[in-house]
Amino acid sequence: MNRDGLFKRVSVNAIALWLVLFVLAPSVLVLASSLLTRGDAQLVRAPLTFENYRRIVDPLYLDIFLSSFYLAALSTLICLMVGYPFAYLLARTSPRYRRNLLLMVVIPFWTSSLVRTYAMIIILKTKGLLNSLLLWAGVIHEPLTILYTDAAVFVGLVYSLLPFMVLPIYASVEKLDSRLMEAARDLGASRAATFVRVVIPLTMPGIIAGSMLVFLPALGMFYIPDLLGGAKTLLIGNLIKNQFLSARDWPFGSAASVVLTLVMAVMLLVYYKSVRATRRQEPA
Amino acid sequence: MLLPMSDTIIELRSVSKSFGSLMALKNVELRVERGKFVTLLGPSGCGKTTLLRLLAGFDTPTSGEIFINGRSMASLPPEKRPVNTVFQSYALFPHMTVFDNVAFGPKLKGLGRKEMERQALEALEMVNLVDLAGRRPNQLSGGQQQRVAIARAVVNKPLVLLLDEPLNALDYKLRKAMQIELKQLQRKLGITFIFVTHDQEEALSMSNQVVVMNHGCIEQVGEPREIYESPRNLFVARFVGEINVLDAEVLSSNGGGVLEVALEGRKMKLHKTSNGHKANGWKAFGPGDRVHVLVRPEDLRVYRREDIEPEDASDFFPATVEEAIYKGATVDLIVSLASGGRLSASQFFNEDDDQLEFYRGEQVFLDWVQGWEVVLPHES
Ligand SMILES: Nc1ncnc2c1ncn2[C@@H]1O[C@H](COP(=O)(O)OP(=O)(O)O)[C@@H](O)[C@H]1O
Ligand SMILES: [Mg+2]
Repeated sequence: MNRDGLFKRVSVNAIALWLVLFVLAPSVLVLASSLLTRGDAQLVRAPLTFENYRRIVDPLYLDIFLSSFYLAALSTLICLMVGYPFAYLLARTSPRYRRNLLLMVVIPFWTSSLVRTYAMIIILKTKGLLNSLLLWAGVIHEPLTILYTDAAVFVGLVYSLLPFMVLPIYASVEKLDSRLMEAARDLGASRAATFVRVVIPLTMPGIIAGSMLVFLPALGMFYIPDLLGGAKTLLIGNLIKNQFLSARDWPFGSAASVVLTLVMAVMLLVYYKSVRATRRQEPA
Repeated sequence: MLLPMSDTIIELRSVSKSFGSLMALKNVELRVERGKFVTLLGPSGCGKTTLLRLLAGFDTPTSGEIFINGRSMASLPPEKRPVNTVFQSYALFPHMTVFDNVAFGPKLKGLGRKEMERQALEALEMVNLVDLAGRRPNQLSGGQQQRVAIARAVVNKPLVLLLDEPLNALDYKLRKAMQIELKQLQRKLGITFIFVTHDQEEALSMSNQVVVMNHGCIEQVGEPREIYESPRNLFVARFVGEINVLDAEVLSSNGGGVLEVALEGRKMKLHKTSNGHKANGWKAFGPGDRVHVLVRPEDLRVYRREDIEPEDASDFFPATVEEAIYKGATVDLIVSLASGGRLSASQFFNEDDDQLEFYRGEQVFLDWVQGWEVVLPHES
């Protein structure tokens, strides 16, 4: 064994330890507390119960789950509609401009998402930048009410999550062999037919990855609906946050967390399956 | 019913293509006859692929015009052109089965499902791939992928099939087999083939017509034999096969029939032969003109001292054997002339003299069949 071997062992163990301490242990704690009862003095107490899970099936909470999924799904769809053409053009521009454009996609990550969400308020509020601009340009005559509506929530979610859609799609478009598109045209396919029959199927791994990377965080980003939506719509993210911080019902918040985690896990599983399926189609 | 069809299927009128400051094609003029197997032959980077891409419609000419079947191709997108392409690296759709790859064209034509399937199967049968119809391209060997690419293109019944170095990725034996298959396929379908290669042997053996290209220009167009036997310039002469180039000076000319030249310190008469191809190469050379006399290695005859009468020695070029390479069917000799020039000569074995063994340093005498040489103006 040389020093490389040693380094490998140490780093693998360090990562394993990190995962156990900060991923596995908290998850186990959450799972455990979801099976306990709410306490006043202590946060959780005996006895063990499935009561928390039974409460989730309540139509009220089911509604929250459904509307969260709706919001996340619609945000994902918007991100896809906006992100795909952008990623496609990005991957097809000359390499000279590509690096700078890619940099511009990534720059927002340098600032905390929370800070950027506050910045959105300044833009979207009644006397904000957007309205001032539109009024000045004469497009509208009265300020629009955007802030504290669902529209603002979508704008915020799409803005925050768009890069996660763009980057995987960009990667898959860049890998796309342009000769395949020429071959399709050569065989009689119009531009549109080429896009539907060749480009979309071959960039599907990117589309699926991007959709996952947008959809899953969109379910949990509680501060965007809070700040931009005015905390009017209760989403899973907010529900869980409130259970822990306001209602101080840790077992129920934990149960909601566990359900959310399971749903995400199932979706990730489906994702990996589909990526494996498309991988098999790629040339060896 | 006989339709009045022109014999010209493709016509290029002064077609140029530049990429920035690079001229990939320079004022190319070309006419291709219907139903011919035409080869574009030239070194890598000479513009062969560029020319095919202009025909297919993936790129547009910087200037000039392209006609296919009498119709201008300007502003006609690839999907509307009566041509199909077999790509250099096949470009099969990796997400489709072999069958779906081949059925891609017929599907887009909006044929009924039955007809679409019939056509795809027929094309697969033609290339013997019906058994593999359900496979994906990455589960096929290179040769099989090649066949799929061909089937996928010809199923659309194009007027012209464009093939960009389709056999490059195949090993020698498969390549030879595919050459024959392609040739047969072309005869059977009667489609015009534009076949790109940088392999002169492939070009000569497969085509009705060879288009020799260099640096974005067409150097010569002709039947394989014409290209080989009467190349128009040194580039073509050298590109289509090994050739010996001797420098000579014209002493006298009788106005076309006979040239007297000084060659390797010898006076020699070169006769214009009745061979039609050869005649094209002759120019009106005058006394004092410098010329190249070109002789193919297989046209050089090599004699031992004992094979010739001593008094005839002045009719031959004396030379020394430098290298003798046994090649199976031939012995290839490298000989050096008194002037220091080196020539190569291929001697074929035949049944009467199995004594083709030459040794290094041996003194030999050379000549060639009168009229088999090529005379070209001197190129500096
Ligand atoms: N898209 C392009 N952009 C810039 N230069 C190109 C492009 N395509 C071809 N060329 C250049 O044009 C010349 C001819 O290329 P090509 O037609 O591919 O040659 P061949 O197929 O004979 O090897 C080459 O010098 C090549 O570098
Ligand atoms: Mg090429």
